[in-house]
Amino acid sequence: MTMMRASRNQSAAADIADGVNSLPGASIYSRRATAMVERFWLAIRSSQWLMVASGFMEPLFYLGAFGYGLGSFIGNVQADSTHTVSYAAFLAPALLANSAMNGAIYESTWNVFFKMHFAKLYQGIMATSMGPLDVALGEIMACLLRGLIYAIAFMAVMLPLGLIPCWWGGLLAIPAAMFIAFGFASCGLAITSYLKSFQQMDWVQFALLPMLLFSGSFYSLDVYPTPIRILLEALPLHQGVALIRGLTLGQLDYALLGHLAYFTVMAVGGVIFATKRIEAMFLR
Amino acid sequence: MNETPTGTDAMIVATGLRKTYDDFTAVDGIDFTVTRGESFGLLGPNGAGKSTTMRMIACTSQRTGGTLEILGRDTDHHGPWIRAHLGVVPQQDNLDRELTVTENLYIYGRYFGLGKKFINAKVEELLEFAQLTEKRDAKVDSLSGGMKRRLTIARALINEPEILMLDEPTTGLDPQARHILWDRLFRLKEMGVTLIITTHYMDEAEQLCDRLVVMDKGKFMAEGTPAGLIQQHCSREVIEVRFGSERNAEVADQIRDLAVRLEILPDRILMYTDDGERDLARMVERGLHPITSLVRRSSLEDVFLRLTGRSLVD
Repeated sequence: MTMMRASRNQSAAADIADGVNSLPGASIYSRRATAMVERFWLAIRSSQWLMVASGFMEPLFYLGAFGYGLGSFIGNVQADSTHTVSYAAFLAPALLANSAMNGAIYESTWNVFFKMHFAKLYQGIMATSMGPLDVALGEIMACLLRGLIYAIAFMAVMLPLGLIPCWWGGLLAIPAAMFIAFGFASCGLAITSYLKSFQQMDWVQFALLPMLLFSGSFYSLDVYPTPIRILLEALPLHQGVALIRGLTLGQLDYALLGHLAYFTVMAVGGVIFATKRIEAMFLR
Repeated sequence: MNETPTGTDAMIVATGLRKTYDDFTAVDGIDFTVTRGESFGLLGPNGAGKSTTMRMIACTSQRTGGTLEILGRDTDHHGPWIRAHLGVVPQQDNLDRELTVTENLYIYGRYFGLGKKFINAKVEELLEFAQLTEKRDAKVDSLSGGMKRRLTIARALINEPEILMLDEPTTGLDPQARHILWDRLFRLKEMGVTLIITTHYMDEAEQLCDRLVVMDKGKFMAEGTPAGLIQQHCSREVIEVRFGSERNAEVADQIRDLAVRLEILPDRILMYTDDGERDLARMVERGLHPITSLVRRSSLEDVFLRLTGRSLVD
């Protein structure tokens, strides 16, 4: 049997580890986060495709019910100072932001919670030469992949329906949705690492509902008095909605940079936190 | 880049190794060295600190005190590098239940950064080694306990580790599955893989380990080969006699002089002696007729009882 190499020669895995070990941060990061994405791909290929499909259907249901159904009573709305669009076109970009958030939150909370506490997946992975940052980044990248599938599929429906006034803005909305997903996924991962029970997981769901209702997805937040409006505008989903809506209207301005900066802070903060938490949970 | 001098054969060196959690000391200052190709066993009851020691070696638990070097590197600072040289078989299987048998092996190889071609060839060898070729496309949940265990071991071998760590490898398996597993582990040992095994089964320790430490309450109680430990701490044979739980203590005084040492347990008396049959006959000559009697060779179980005053499996 040729199963083991001659004992004095280095294994291929050891050679790889030698190459990585001299790089900065090698004790927490092996530059191998993509392995987690590969795992995600294998898992959805064989067992999770239904769940992925349902995540794509959800915004379509909203669009059908609210955009076209309720929208027929509403008619056209003022999307910003210069654009008047159909209600469906007002709602559609918000649904893209929502689906980016939902995909990222679902993957980084429920799925990660299950993998952490029941499947013991991370214990298995932490026994390999992966570091905690590989796991954290990899899980986030898997969330992004899911979000990307949703975003492309949803955009493929919205564009032909004429719901995107500015086509190039619609294309830019896809990477923008990834930004939103990154921010939510990394924060979701950090939060999930603190949760101990399914009851606590419900709190996450509980927090998401008002965020959706008061995000400016369905109507402009201008209807509220200024102090409340400012408070609501600071919530992350509103930032995402404003970012995507601005892009689909072809409205490039400094406000968009502000929204991008918002999600950059969320993403970086979340990654740092999540890495520390994974280290604390599995390497102590 | 490889700083491990190939001349030295010390794979693992621990001195004064300690691990404490808040107010509980799991590992209380242990020293040991494991050399290349050795099969090293940690023997002790549940809660002795075996698994904690294993986790510290696997760099998934940081020590509180002492030093721990694996292949010449500190476990605190080179976790991923060290783990690239290890194969870890945890006490509870943590296979990826969303993936098939083959995918489990494949993705584990990817976690080590191995190339697809390399892994695919390796997977075939490992499936054969683990006798799972026919189950290659099965989901993990459909495997029996023994198969899952073999898959976990195969998975731990995907990176061709120099050290394979097995935490209670056969706990919960039926006798036949245990023997299949022992056979596989014995082959690995023959191939020169260094094995670190924890167990609370004596027969397992005797089958697989070249050298053992007996661990209890975070400390090493004794160290040696299985045969050496028995020789050092026990007589050659043991007579187990039962007089009924009421009479055991009373009879003990009448037979104390026949044995090198007596151990009075709630349900039986263990008489340590050099010639069991002879001394059992002498006992009967004195008119003492036990309800049941058994003469056997001393085992590691007896060593453990001697050292800790407790039996291994509670």
